Amino acid sequence: MRRSSRMRLLGMIRKESLQILRDPSSISIAFVLPVVLLFLFGYGVSLDAKLIPVGIVIEQPDSATQSLAGAFERSEFFRPYHFDSIQSAQQMLNERRIDGILWMRSNFSSNLLAGQEAPIGVIINGVDSNQANITQGYIQGTWLAWLSRYAESRGHSLPVPVSLEQRVWFNAALSSRLFLVPGLIAIIMTMIGSLLTALVVAREWERGTMEALMVTPLRIGELLAGKLIPYFALGMAGMLFSVALAVWQFDVPLRGSLWLLMASSALFMLVALAIGMLISIVSKNQFVAGQLAIIVTFLPAFILSGFLFDINSMPEWVQLITHLVPARYFVAILQTLFLAGDVWPVVLSNMGALLLMLLFFFTLVWRKSHKHLE
Amino acid sequence: MSGNPTTLSAVSKTFRSAGRKITALDSIDLTLQPGRVTGLIGPDGAGKTTLMRLVAGLLLPDKGAIQVLGIDALTRPLEVQSSIGYMPQRFGLYEDLSVQENLELYADLQGVPVAQRATRFQELMQMTGLSPFTQRLAGQLSGGMKQKLGLACTLVRSPRLLLLDEPTVGVDPLSRRELWQIVYHQVQEVGMSVLLSTAYLDEAERCDEVILMHQGKLLGQGTPAEFSRPVSGRIFQASAAGCSHRRLQEQLSRAPGVLDALIEGEAVRLVMESPSKPEPEALLPEQQNLQLTAVEPRFEDAFIARLKRRRDLGGMALSLQKKVTANTDDEVIRVHKLQRRFGDFIAVNNISFSVRRGEIFGLLGANGAGKSTTFRMLCGLLPASSGELAVAGHDLRQAAASARGRIGYMAQKFSLYTSLSVIQNLRFFSGVYGLRGKQQKARLEWALTTFELEPFRDANAGDLPLGYKQRLSFAAALMHEPEILFLDEPTSGVDPLARREFWARTNALAEAGVTVLVTTHFMEEANYCDRLVIMAEGEVLTEGTPLAMKTSARTPENPDPTMEDAFIQLIEQRQAQQATA
Repeated sequence: MRRSSRMRLLGMIRKESLQILRDPSSISIAFVLPVVLLFLFGYGVSLDAKLIPVGIVIEQPDSATQSLAGAFERSEFFRPYHFDSIQSAQQMLNERRIDGILWMRSNFSSNLLAGQEAPIGVIINGVDSNQANITQGYIQGTWLAWLSRYAESRGHSLPVPVSLEQRVWFNAALSSRLFLVPGLIAIIMTMIGSLLTALVVAREWERGTMEALMVTPLRIGELLAGKLIPYFALGMAGMLFSVALAVWQFDVPLRGSLWLLMASSALFMLVALAIGMLISIVSKNQFVAGQLAIIVTFLPAFILSGFLFDINSMPEWVQLITHLVPARYFVAILQTLFLAGDVWPVVLSNMGALLLMLLFFFTLVWRKSHKHLE
Repeated sequence: MSGNPTTLSAVSKTFRSAGRKITALDSIDLTLQPGRVTGLIGPDGAGKTTLMRLVAGLLLPDKGAIQVLGIDALTRPLEVQSSIGYMPQRFGLYEDLSVQENLELYADLQGVPVAQRATRFQELMQMTGLSPFTQRLAGQLSGGMKQKLGLACTLVRSPRLLLLDEPTVGVDPLSRRELWQIVYHQVQEVGMSVLLSTAYLDEAERCDEVILMHQGKLLGQGTPAEFSRPVSGRIFQASAAGCSHRRLQEQLSRAPGVLDALIEGEAVRLVMESPSKPEPEALLPEQQNLQLTAVEPRFEDAFIARLKRRRDLGGMALSLQKKVTANTDDEVIRVHKLQRRFGDFIAVNNISFSVRRGEIFGLLGANGAGKSTTFRMLCGLLPASSGELAVAGHDLRQAAASARGRIGYMAQKFSLYTSLSVIQNLRFFSGVYGLRGKQQKARLEWALTTFELEPFRDANAGDLPLGYKQRLSFAAALMHEPEILFLDEPTSGVDPLARREFWARTNALAEAGVTVLVTTHFMEEANYCDRLVIMAEGEVLTEGTPLAMKTSARTPENPDPTMEDAFIQLIEQRQAQQATA
């Protein structure tokens, strides 16, 4: 009995592997998609601001205003445009040609020299609140940096409280990639584990092959294992491929240990596979399975996992929902392992959550799977 | 080898669909004797597949008990599954695996020892004629080859009971014949029991025993001869010189004592209500040349005699369509060297034929022969890769809407709006063709009465029984009184009674001068056509009248060949040509 069981399982695995190798869509989801996503997010999407177009209005040019304007000219964050009057600058702002205005009034230098507060006016286009925040931050930062340098060069301190605020965005130029790329691995594994698995099982139902399988002496456990093992291997291969790309192509440091990364990935992969299986049990048609997988797994992994948007800045009730998204825990693990290192409390608590989810979904899959067509 | 029979006692099964309860099987009692081929016969929706799945342990009955070869299928489905072989409707093959890999998979699943495989595979490949193709992907096999590979996969470990669910649907007749040979070979060699379902009534005669089902009920079980006994002496062939067979059929169907009149080549086949030979004068007083010959009953006659309620189809036939007045020798459709390629695949290869006004012209062939592709090109839905075609003088792809208004098209699948009611569908389709006001109202009334859809007027089209769906599609295609009618597999899956009604209406249309182009994979339906082409693998094998085709297939051994014999002969000739080429 045991030998025939092994024969059935190996037969299923062989069949599934051959199908993966021959189906261009499996290979592309596992290997082409990671490349596309990694390049898109690694190079294309950046949450940092660079070369922000700002207007500089100098009402009375002198050495101080020249110096401050020069600071903006030299900064890699700005592309300044000069205007003679605030009106023409505002016009440009209205047309969204510039994102902000730095306004140095005629009394700027005299106030500055007098040690009074030198009023610079800053106007920012707040349509895109995120961009506005970033722009504001950079302008403020540049202004404060210039101010301190200016004070030093003059050999006396200014009455302005020169507290050099170290803002996140000063380091951000590079770190948005560092932060996005590890999270992407969770997205890619979700695609392989849930979407691809749901699709291939639904395809078996559609083509009537599932019916043929069920009439063989194949047991339900063998059927599930026969499906899970090859896709687990495919998902882990996709994961390693993405890690390699991240480390060698995008120079993301892997500060944690590889084995811990592997172990937590394996855990997450199993959760994703179980969800994929569950979807294919609910819908036996490829179109519905695909839609469900996108809505139930891919979109939440994208939006609610903390991969792209910070969970802490979400409304309270949305934060609660994110706890139902397995990718949330995995993204946290990934970001920690890549950027911080083996921070055990973080890794273990998130792995614990994944383990609970795994048990829940597997129990569900097991109870819902049977060798009946209804 | 297997002494225990398979029994179903008081088995009922219902399904829920869109909130409604559908009774698929209604307390079925039956026993399958071992070592026999039992045919499960009935139209779509009879419950054949449900019964198969229950026996295979894939479904649980609501009530009743099922013993398969002495094993309780309800409590021990795995044991049942280790002793049966089951081929589902689409053969259960993995199209992206090769022939060999499919066999290997099923051998693994069925626990065939590795040492025995080589000989077993060789045996199966030889039996199915697939030996040259073991490395080919299953998806690249023809329909007939897929069917045989599916069968080989279920036979990989010789099962004691073989379940075949509609193995012959849409497959060319030669492959069908070969499948039957393989099945009988298994029964004789290893004493296998076979349960085979089919919607083709002519296949009933090949079975040792027949189970007849209709709408979830068991109508009878017995040998084919037992089934035809009640109709023996009631079957006649009628012909009348100087009267078109179509008109003759129409007249005879209304004659007293006639239960059923069916066009069969140039003659009309009659099923009488009682077994005495009728006097020709009594049948049709106005027809002097009527000749009647007694013929052997077939299973289909018995089926019709059991199910048909005698009723009058006469009134509707006359009002079906206003006469299309034109010269009947006009060439309405012309196709010359038409070709359609999809990548490397040639779906339609250099076909030529022409259709005259008022003709019923058939495209006969197995699934994948290129019939539907040809149709789509003619209707302007698909551009041709090369060649010429003209429908009423136009290429419909470029023609104006007015030219399209002259044709009617009934698609293969039910293509009306399932969530609209019958009357809403008809109103929509008549509106699309520009019918308004009084004219539209008149046509709507006409459609509801002619197709007897009045009782279903406000029912959702999706909830109609299959036969009524087909009527509704047919009515929708006729709302604008087209001159040319395209019917793509109109009778597929429809029960024989509904098929007869359909052909009666089509005949009436042709009588009124409408040109009808129809595709079918039912060989015997070729007899309804004035002329037809037989297609295989995208090519036209022959063109002509059904009679001419059957005459050319006549051999000393087979003096009265059927359309199927003619088709098989053509395919064999083609294969011989390909082999020498």
